[in-house]
Formats: sequence, structure tokens, C-alpha cells
Amino acid sequence: MLIKRPADIPSSEITDERLYLRRRDFMQIGAGLIGAAAGGLLAACGRNAVDAAMPPANMPEPQTPLTGIKGRMVTVTDPPNSFQDITNYNNFYEFGTNKGDPAKYAGQLKTSPWTVKIDGHCNKPGEYHIEDLIKMSDLEERVYRHRCVEAWSMVIPWVGLPLSSIIKRADPQPKATFVQMWTLSRPSEMPGLRSDVLNWPYTEGLRMDEAMHPLTILAVGLYGKTLLNQNGAPVRLVVPWKYGFKGIKSIVRISFVDKMPMTSWVEENPSWYGFYSNVNPGVNPVRWDQSHERALPSLFSTRKTEIFNGYGDQVASMYANLDLRKWY
Amino acid sequence: MSDVGSVSTPGAAVSRPGAAVFRPGAAKIAKVLLFFTSLVPLVLLVHGARTNNLGANPAETIQLTTGHWAFRFLLLTLTITPVRRLTGWNIVIRYRRMLGLFAFFYACCHFAAYWAFDLNFAIGAMLGDVAKRPFITMGFAAFLSMAPLALTSTKGWIRRLGRNWTRLHRLIYVSGVCAAIHFAWKVKVFAGAPVRYALAVVLLLGFRVFWVLLKDRRARALKSAL
Repeated sequence: MLIKRPADIPSSEITDERLYLRRRDFMQIGAGLIGAAAGGLLAACGRNAVDAAMPPANMPEPQTPLTGIKGRMVTVTDPPNSFQDITNYNNFYEFGTNKGDPAKYAGQLKTSPWTVKIDGHCNKPGEYHIEDLIKMSDLEERVYRHRCVEAWSMVIPWVGLPLSSIIKRADPQPKATFVQMWTLSRPSEMPGLRSDVLNWPYTEGLRMDEAMHPLTILAVGLYGKTLLNQNGAPVRLVVPWKYGFKGIKSIVRISFVDKMPMTSWVEENPSWYGFYSNVNPGVNPVRWDQSHERALPSLFSTRKTEIFNGYGDQVASMYANLDLRKWY
Repeated sequence: MSDVGSVSTPGAAVSRPGAAVFRPGAAKIAKVLLFFTSLVPLVLLVHGARTNNLGANPAETIQLTTGHWAFRFLLLTLTITPVRRLTGWNIVIRYRRMLGLFAFFYACCHFAAYWAFDLNFAIGAMLGDVAKRPFITMGFAAFLSMAPLALTSTKGWIRRLGRNWTRLHRLIYVSGVCAAIHFAWKVKVFAGAPVRYALAVVLLLGFRVFWVLLKDRRARALKSAL
């Protein structure tokens, strides 16, 4: 059967006279709607505001359980933060400056194969596959408080090995007074490198005694499994008595040097950041108020920040002759 | 055939003589629409808080979101005049007050979230913070400069202040500049959103400077022609 369409304008397309007479009113409502649309455009102006309210569903990523974890050192009484929080609220500017960016974009980073170059003033330089580096010492779980310079803190169950075990194997020479480290810089997999917010590659450093301190670890895992990329896979530094940014991520090179190295954040703003960056509630460069911290996920910034992040009894002696106000 | 528009007070939506006469009902509908649209960010935030869905640092999410929206509404408010001048579309002026008040509303939420979550509502610590940390000083200045504008936004105040009302309300330029500096100094690196917002402020205020200069030139050209 053939259904013929009527040739003239269908009645559905004829504007009701009543509506036609109110056409100016609709224009007016349209103005309101355009205003709302402009609001939407402005929303694009600061993309993170609404996104932040809805953290992305964390895609399952290739995480392998770490075997042979020998010891466990718990340094805080508070329970660890959730895996979800630790892996979705990160500063890793190579993937973007928003806290959610690393979780969103770090998945594309290839962490295998991975080598770490060890060089500088040492008798046994070398380049190690990450698998071999991990075997240089027993893995240990370390539950540390992580204090960010942005005045928040988390409790994190890292898995790692003492940095000292790797340093000893490299056999540094006496003139090696500092250790400098670098993060990978691979623009094709690290979208944040496109903007020059920092002078890439990211670099950090420690004084030799700090690097040798038993609390200082190279972390390779979290919650008993290998690190996710947003946390600095496959290997990152953790120095619990210093602000979080000292914990350089995705390390590709460790070098023994004879001078205090320039670090990325000090280079960016020397009045806000110092080389030592020890957690210290008494030193507040003009940008920061470090007297208190927000112990996430708490809403209120009511936790009193402790000198050396509470690790003073183990590390304060290293700074006995240092004016901490000058050397922040 | 009933006409909803004719039910409202006649003439309520007529802004000035010579303007096209619109049915007041439509202006009301548009305003109500805008009002509820403007509340969406707040509703999302409250919903996120209730469902425990504001990320690892909910306090920061609340502070950032309210700050962003205060700034966005401030920018929208500043957009009204350029839009009128460039398009002759005078209708938009009717929505300026509401946009400005929403800017102040979100600024109040932003300030409250900072005072509550960062300082546990301590007055002394807040004042000390305002005095000590430049980016807080700037944010506070932006916030304070908006308060008299919100207070004098009523018809009564517009009448009472006369010409001075316009003068007083130029204070919003100060709010815009302070807000841009506040955001720029707040972040660890000046990139992304704070850059975009600062550019928007420069553009919107720059337009006004440009407009004044243009008018000046025209006036001088006219003078010399006479």
C-alpha cells in the first residue's frame, strides 16, 4: 500500500497564532537561555570546578601484587587513607596541574621497560632495569604521613626499599655530598610537559646524610601492589619529614654531585620553596600558612602540623647546626 | 485563548520609553529560569557533599567550586555592558542585577568555606591571615568591594543615590581586578584557569577603556568639524 504524503505544509509546522503573537516574549526567554549558555561557556573557562566534584571512575590498571615484602613499619596511629583517595588526588604536573589530571592522563605512560641511570661521583655507576633495582634490598611496607606543602596530609602505606641500599651499592666518592634525581620527560606520553609551568625535566635533591637516612625510601608500591602511574610508577622517592614535592616521581636518573643542586620548585619560586623543605609549622614563606593541616579526608584544617612532620626524634639531629628559618 | 502574560502587573517589564513593549510574563519566566540555572552549581555541590562524592579533599572542592562560580558570575555581570554596546541588545540589562547578586552569593559561600574549613571560624586568625598572605588580602578585597554593590542593588537605593549609583557601582572593576590577582597569586604556577580568567577581566575592562577613548575621539572630531 502506498501512503501519500500531503503536498501542503503539515499542520504541525504551522505556528499557532497565539504563539506567533508572543514571539517577542520567546526572544526574551531566549535571552535568558543564552545567558545560561554563556554561563556554560564560562564553565569551560575553569574546567576543573565541576569535574572536581565528580572524580573519574578509576579504571582498573595493570597493578601487580608485590611479593617478598619483608617488614612493616607503621609510623602513625591514624589509619591509612583509602586507595581511591591516594590514587585520585595527586600533584604530578607532567600530567596536568589539576589534582585529578594524573589519574586521568597518567595511564598512557609506558613504565616497562624502565631503566634508572646511576652516575656522578661514584665508583660503580650503571644503568639498571627497574626489576633489578628492586632486588637490591628487601621490600618493606612503610606507613608514613605524607604532608603536602598545600597544607593537607594523608597516611599512605608505601612499599619500598631504603635509598641507602642503592647508594651503598654505587659506592659514592667522598666529594659526593648531594644526590640529585630526575623524573622522566617524555612529551608523547606526558601531556603536561607541553606547558612550561616548570623547567622540565623535574628534578629534586637530598643532602647525602638525608639520602642515607633509614626513613628515606624509594617506593615501588602502594597497598601491597606496584604503584599506579599517577603516584610515580615505577619508582619514586619518599622522604616523610619533608613536604611532598620533594618526593620526586617516576625516577630515571640518580646522580652523585658535589654541590647543592638546583631543584625544580626552588627554581620556580625561591621565596616560596627552599632546598631542604623540611615540614616546619614555624616557617611560613609568605604564600603559606604551615601551622595547621587538613588531615584528609577531614573537612577542617585543624591538625597541628608537627616539626619534621612528627619524625623529629629520628631526623632533627641532622639539622642541629642549621638555622631552619634561613634554610627552609 | 488565555494569555498568561497579561495577568502580571502591566508595565513592569518596560525599561525605558521607546523600548519594545514585552509582555511582563515572559520577562518573569526568563528571570526565574536564570535564577534556577544559577543555582545549579550550588545544588550539584550540595548533592556531591551528601553523596560523599567531592573527591579526597571535599573542603578544597567546595572552596574551589564556589570561587570559580563567584568569578564566573562576576565576569557575566561585566559582560552585560559590552553586549549592549556591541549588539544594541538592551534586554540583557534586566538580568545584570541577578548575575551580580549571584556573584556576591557565591563569593559569600567561597569566603564562608575558607573561614570555616581553613580557620574553623576563628576571627583573629582570619584577620591575621588577611593581613599576612597577599593572595588572601586580594580575595578579601574582592569580596569586600562587592558587598556595598549588593547592598545598594535595590530600586530604593538606585533612586536615592541617583548619578552616584553608577559611580559607586564602578567598584565592580576593582572586584574584577582583585579577583584576578587573588586567583593568580593563589596558584603555585600561573597557568590554565587563572590565566583564562585574568584575560577575561583584561578583555572586559579593556573594552570599557576602548569605548571611552572612542567616544572622546568622536566628540573631538565633532568639535573640530563645527
